[in-house]
Amino acid sequence: MDNDSRAHRALTSPILALNDITKRFNGISALESVSLSIEAGRITALLGENGAGKTTLMRIAFGMIQPDAGSILVDGRRAHFHSPSDAIAAGIGMVHQQFSLIPAMTVSENVALGGKGRFSSKEIASRLHEVSERTGLTIDPHARVADLSSAERQKLEIIRTIAHDARVMILDEPTAVLTPRDTAELFTQLRAFAVSGGAVILITHKLTDALEHGDDVSVLRRGHLVLSSRMSKLTEATLVTAMLGNAPHVLSARESRSAPSRVAASLVQATIHTKSRLTAMTVTLQVRAGEIVGVSGLDGAATPLLRVLAGRVKPVSGEVKLPQEIGFVPENRRDEALIEDFSLAENFALAGAGRRQGLMQWHAMEADTRDVISVFDVRTPGTAAFPAKLSGGNQQRFVLGRELIKRPDLLVLENPTQGLDVNASVFVHERIRRARNDGAAVVFYSSDVDELASLSDRVVVVSGSSLTEVSADRDEIGRALLSVERNDER
Amino acid sequence: MNAELALVADALVRATPLIIAGLAVAFAFRGGVFNIGAEGQLLVGAIAATAVTLASSGSIGRFSVVLAVVAGALAGAAWAWIAAELKRRFHVLEIISTIMLNFIAIHLVSFLVRGPLQEPARIYPQTETFIKSGRLPLLVPGTRLHLGFALAILLAVTLAWVFNHTAFGFRVRATGASPAAARIAGLIDTDKTSLAVFLISGALAGIAGSVEVSGVTFALYENLSPGYGYTAIAVALIAGLNPIGIIASGIFFGILETGASALQREFAVPSSLASVVEAALIIGALTIAAVRGRHPIARVAES
Repeated sequence: MDNDSRAHRALTSPILALNDITKRFNGISALESVSLSIEAGRITALLGENGAGKTTLMRIAFGMIQPDAGSILVDGRRAHFHSPSDAIAAGIGMVHQQFSLIPAMTVSENVALGGKGRFSSKEIASRLHEVSERTGLTIDPHARVADLSSAERQKLEIIRTIAHDARVMILDEPTAVLTPRDTAELFTQLRAFAVSGGAVILITHKLTDALEHGDDVSVLRRGHLVLSSRMSKLTEATLVTAMLGNAPHVLSARESRSAPSRVAASLVQATIHTKSRLTAMTVTLQVRAGEIVGVSGLDGAATPLLRVLAGRVKPVSGEVKLPQEIGFVPENRRDEALIEDFSLAENFALAGAGRRQGLMQWHAMEADTRDVISVFDVRTPGTAAFPAKLSGGNQQRFVLGRELIKRPDLLVLENPTQGLDVNASVFVHERIRRARNDGAAVVFYSSDVDELASLSDRVVVVSGSSLTEVSADRDEIGRALLSVERNDER
Repeated sequence: MNAELALVADALVRATPLIIAGLAVAFAFRGGVFNIGAEGQLLVGAIAATAVTLASSGSIGRFSVVLAVVAGALAGAAWAWIAAELKRRFHVLEIISTIMLNFIAIHLVSFLVRGPLQEPARIYPQTETFIKSGRLPLLVPGTRLHLGFALAILLAVTLAWVFNHTAFGFRVRATGASPAAARIAGLIDTDKTSLAVFLISGALAGIAGSVEVSGVTFALYENLSPGYGYTAIAVALIAGLNPIGIIASGIFFGILETGASALQREFAVPSSLASVVEAALIIGALTIAAVRGRHPIARVAES
């Protein structure tokens, strides 16, 4: 390489470059050969739906997990991050979705966390002063974190990252916990950091955040980088298409259904606590026998509604009519659907344990467990096996079988195919359709727009405090989800 | 009279409160309730049994023993209920509250045997001694082995049956193994189940106390229990919280403790050696449980 091109490279070489990063979890691809380059002085928005691979990619950049293939370059030089401390040493900082602050300690004590050697409150104070000189970000070093608002806590995280000499700051969904005014303030802070020579990577699924504040944008979809560009060249429509894609879903084609009949479950003006329990939503919804209602919502916004429909949570007020027999498949199989110290037969017996009286009919339950295992094709050594011996797909077949074998009038499922391979997913979809065709009412939540579109007869979107019905079309669901979010912020 | 027989009987007599209180601990732990208060519940059980016996044994004869055991169970349950209510209302950890209630029970005994329940002559800090009809019948005449031992075996078998064959026992196990799965997959009212576990565990410990006064001491006094309620934790853990196993581990600890007294008498070996052996066993059992990772206690340690 001659001198000229070396100089040229130094001038334009990105502060952080990820090259051909590939990562698989249990054989399932999370990232396929993704490359990203980050320049100083700019805010890069990393967009994508839930599960697109944004967070995985950034965890790799921050040394939390190691890629299966690909390389990381810092200032053009190859870097190996075995842990976040390596990344921090290289000038990369991350502000997490769940704040990593200790509420009982003061601001300066929290800034000192993760440092080495003696704690000197004076030294920290002068450090904070430097940061404030450079970026205009100020905070009282003696305040107790417990007394700070969530916006102030986030500011503290940012200041701490800068105080640790970060030149690249990664933020994972930073606006999720902020009010619109705090969001504006946050972007002022980030811009100040960028202007002072830092680089910002903003992980988000909010289009507005990206459009209004990003200089560059990269879009991930299903582990692939589908778009990488200067923001100024893009329109909102291009971004939506990039995030949601055009290709029809491979999993399973839609299927016509028999006409739905009587109402199996209904909520009339039911007031339900939202996930944070700080606010409530009021919902009216009818689910008929013989139909599949898909529920969409960002970041678990739909969970409280699903739990009320499953009869697991009582609404604050309003009228709820639910059938006698409800099958429920929770998202968190390990903690909520199965007991790891119980055999499969005992786990089978768990369903309905709340209202069972008298003696346990173990013989009958063993027989039913064997039925579930054979009908739902669960690969297991036997009814005495513990769930941990089963793969995730087989656990899900077992749970689904347990809930379906009693022929419920209503079947409620949360992300029923999450973490499953294609075969298991197809199997689960088939079984859900069959339950519907046999006259069950089905409500399911999915974070996957394609799954919603291909499986649902009707789709409702939960946003903030309301429920909107949209047609079972992937683009329409996606737009409802994204635009809904914009309305929230205004 | 055969001296060996007497020794065996003594060991079983010693094992009786350990088995019953061990069942109390095991029932609680299996149900996800960390009742460290068997000692206190045992003492209030002893108080109630004593009060009932002294008030009634002259007038209703042998029936007063039955009444005493029932009173002991109720008192133990009531004592445990305090911890249950503190947990429900104020989220006070039962590990803390039940220990504190142990101290209160110990001092309650001290107060009563110097005050309202003191023997008529008011010389010794203890109650009047039970008359014959207030005592548990002997199982083997000529030894100290009383009917309470048979009751302990019966309770262990019953508890094993409850765990394995009743819907209620299944709910208790599910709630203890995973409250979230019990609630969500099983639609189990875990609050109600927990309350039942507190009460039944307390009742069992209370029975242990009443059996001890009605079968062995025939009076209430300070230091009535040499820490039965604490040793019971070891008895339960070593048996892996299995009720039938508790019969064996209870007898084992009974032999260990009576044997230690005999060793001290005959050979001047300090009886505290027994405590050392007990402690070593507990550490060993907990280590094995933690390594296997399937013990409820291992889960508590994790959380």
